[in-house]
Amino acid sequence: MIPLLSISNLSVSFDQKNRVVDEISFDIYPGETFALVGESGSGKSITALSVLRLLPNNASLSATSISLQGDNLLKLPELELCKIRGRRIGLIFQDPMSSLNPVMTVGEQIAEAIQQHLPLSKNDTQLRVLELLQQVEIPGPQQRIRDYPHQLSGGQRQRVMIAIALAGKPELLIADEPTTSLDVTIQAQILALLKNIQQKTGMALWLISHDLALVSTMADRVAVMQQGKIVETASSVELFSHAKHPYTLKLLNALPSMQSCLNHSPEEKPPLLQVNDFHCYYPIRKGLFKRTVGYVRAVDDVSFEIQQSKTLALVGESGCGKTTLGKSLLNLIPGGFGSVKINGLDLGGLEGELLRKQRTNMQIIFQDPFSSMNPRMLVGDIIAEGLKALHPDVNTTDRKSRVRNLLEQVGLPEDSALRYPHEFSGGQRQRICIARALAVRPKLIVCDEPTSALDVSVQAQIIQLLKTLQKEQGISYLFITHDLAVVAEIADDVAVMYQGKIIEQNSVEQVLFKPKHAYTQKLIGAVPVLKSTE
Amino acid sequence: MIILWTDALILLLLFSSIGIGFYLHDKEHIQRPLNKIVRSKVGMVSLVVLVFFLLIGLLDSIHFKSNQENSSEIISLLDYCATPLREHNEKTYSAPFATTLYSKEMVEKDGSMQWDYPRQVYGGKHLDDPEKQQVSDIMLKAGIGFLQGLALFTAFLLLSAGVSYLKHSSAPQFFTMRPVMVTLFIIIVLSTISGYLSLYYHVLGTDKVGEDVFYQAIKSIRTGLVIGTLTTLIMLPMAILFGILAGFFRGWVDDVIQYMYTTLNSIPGVLLIAASVLMVQVYMANHEAEFTSLIVRADMRLLFLCMILGVTSWTGLCRLLRAETLKLREMEYVQAAYALGVKQHTILLRHILPNVMHIVLISVVLDFSSLVLAEAVLSYINIGVDPTTYSWGNMINGARLEMAREPIVWWSLSAAFVFMFALVLAANLFADVVQDAFDPRSMTNEASE
Repeated sequence: MIPLLSISNLSVSFDQKNRVVDEISFDIYPGETFALVGESGSGKSITALSVLRLLPNNASLSATSISLQGDNLLKLPELELCKIRGRRIGLIFQDPMSSLNPVMTVGEQIAEAIQQHLPLSKNDTQLRVLELLQQVEIPGPQQRIRDYPHQLSGGQRQRVMIAIALAGKPELLIADEPTTSLDVTIQAQILALLKNIQQKTGMALWLISHDLALVSTMADRVAVMQQGKIVETASSVELFSHAKHPYTLKLLNALPSMQSCLNHSPEEKPPLLQVNDFHCYYPIRKGLFKRTVGYVRAVDDVSFEIQQSKTLALVGESGCGKTTLGKSLLNLIPGGFGSVKINGLDLGGLEGELLRKQRTNMQIIFQDPFSSMNPRMLVGDIIAEGLKALHPDVNTTDRKSRVRNLLEQVGLPEDSALRYPHEFSGGQRQRICIARALAVRPKLIVCDEPTSALDVSVQAQIIQLLKTLQKEQGISYLFITHDLAVVAEIADDVAVMYQGKIIEQNSVEQVLFKPKHAYTQKLIGAVPVLKSTE
Repeated sequence: MIILWTDALILLLLFSSIGIGFYLHDKEHIQRPLNKIVRSKVGMVSLVVLVFFLLIGLLDSIHFKSNQENSSEIISLLDYCATPLREHNEKTYSAPFATTLYSKEMVEKDGSMQWDYPRQVYGGKHLDDPEKQQVSDIMLKAGIGFLQGLALFTAFLLLSAGVSYLKHSSAPQFFTMRPVMVTLFIIIVLSTISGYLSLYYHVLGTDKVGEDVFYQAIKSIRTGLVIGTLTTLIMLPMAILFGILAGFFRGWVDDVIQYMYTTLNSIPGVLLIAASVLMVQVYMANHEAEFTSLIVRADMRLLFLCMILGVTSWTGLCRLLRAETLKLREMEYVQAAYALGVKQHTILLRHILPNVMHIVLISVVLDFSSLVLAEAVLSYINIGVDPTTYSWGNMINGARLEMAREPIVWWSLSAAFVFMFALVLAANLFADVVQDAFDPRSMTNEASE
């Protein structure tokens, strides 16, 4: 069969020195789904952009050939290439919010894409817009045409992006991490939609993703990229059952699996944290005098318990109130009220100095390791900050040796203390954040999506670290996440949150394999699972 | 030695900036952008020009009683160095390098009275026949000045080479940069040439009462610098304190501060300045015993002008800082600090203040040049510095009426323009470089490499 897109010996380097894509070659055949998999920074997106020559100015590209059905894209002048972008090759980006123009209606944006490529009259264009919106299965397309991007949900925006990409009836659709910023249930819908459209139109789909499980459910053929090189290309079935390259194996092993929670023998421990009837309401203020006219019930009547050196995972989709719950338990945001007891000590209503003194009990690790550390402070000072504030009696020498100790515990070199946060990678920064939380010897750590900004292999290391620390020091975790596979790896119990309420709470095995609530069932059904493990 | 109010503040500023320099000496997050400034050619060239202006300003800020007999005049070190310039006063206008005055008079020539241009008292008095000798004499004097400059520059080179040799280190990076050396050379040679020439001529002419314009122009440097720096010094504490407090505490604190700067912003600045300058004058008139000398009065008025400019100009920076603090207080590292039990004032000092400093630095450098220009505008409408203070604004104000004369009296205006232009251009270029260097985006770019 003749390949639709054929790339041979493509290299891209930045500023003449940093080679981000290194001599890669592959083919995409008509009608198939081809997936390019790799961790962040491996050069997958750059590869896609270089096919359409959309690279930034400081990048230089070289290749033997990039041909689309025999047309060499390398030799085409810019004007000719414009006719290929969007017309023969469509493109979807990761973030649907920043890819849409906020001051144009959805209909106008789709119409613009159509008029670029097809010579249609105004009326025909409007019909085509409607047809496209129907094709991407947006409910009520007649009304949506006049909507602005901010009026749509994240999933709907991504559907509009797909409609724009399909406007020119392309032969190849490049989807660059199309579902990364979406919830799992929405992700499942979008993936199903893409498959559906592909079957109807017969176009080829080039999927770029970091998510091996997702790729295994979607792709016909898979190429694995590592540091700018393709290390393995195989059919999906073959790759996920008999991977050959050590890097692929490493990625597959790092992948958390739902099965890991099986045969987990729970033992009863005394309770550490008891939360009863906890609420977090935000007032809605209106009018000249900012009268409170109502409340947003971000967390509504929640009760749970965490046992000593156990982990409770709090699962839910974005906007369900799980992060709000975590932060308001620590009194970091206003609006929380209810009974919170740690070791029998009621924290509710504590203020000022009393609240400050009991901060040693609970600590928090944030999702984004880039914004959770002051860029102007040395790592050593960051870790020592809590010690200084909560244990002012510790002298400087002891504090320094404690910092050294903590760095060792989280697996960082000793000299890290004298460096700045920006010198570390994402995973290393998350380790620093863990060390900072550990410094005051807390009994409970709230982990707010600590691994969702990290690559799978790094994620596996961080989870391992958290588990080791739990075993050694008997810390309990409240682990907030949207990733059910990670839950299986680390949690003892699971609480599922939906619209501010906990709707199901049980041991991890029960929740993941015998879910009772309909929403939990839907959530678990939407998680992409590696084919070979099915 | 006599220390005027502005002198004291300038010295305070100098010592505190040296202190801050020492404190930041080993702070890496400040070092990185500073190194970037050192590497930038435009930045270093404009810095050299700025430092030159600064040195003159400093020389002019050390005042003492003149030890000449029967004189209680207060003069500065610069006045002392430029004594010939200060004392070579003519009767009225004269063009640059002219040997005669600008307007005709009855002069005695060959024993009879004639209606002609009179010879100057000082300019070119050593010449017997000005028309024939003048050009060659100027060339000769300029040549001597050039040689002096060359000698000075060579001495400086040898000295810096010697110092770096003694320290067993290669010369500091910016000394090896050619554009910097060229700038330095030009500045040194220009100042020695004009210095030597002005012993014999009025290089930039004289003004209405016969004062040397070159002297006025270099005396004005201090006024410009004082207005640029002291105003910022007065404005900064207010802007930083109010901006950060408003952004950090929100609620009623924010409301009060916002109300304050909105009110202040809606009053025309010129009105406030005029009112306060008038107040000072009335005060000084009522307390004549405390303000005996002319220079003390002028200094007081300058100080008040700085203060009132500072009071009216803190709102812009305050707004910026409030907005930035609003953003920073929601950052996760601030939340983490709360979770670690860090006290609020420590969070303000440790997590908020250092992260807004880049904005402060950039706006200080940008404000400097606009303030120098503001002084010129205010003097033009007579509410600026005291008429006896040398300032570019006063020079322009005095020269504007003479623009209509034939032949035109262009030198006062041009001299003020050239000097002001050089200072403001250097400050602006330097501000651009500082802004680039402290831009957080460029810092993250470097970090990710």
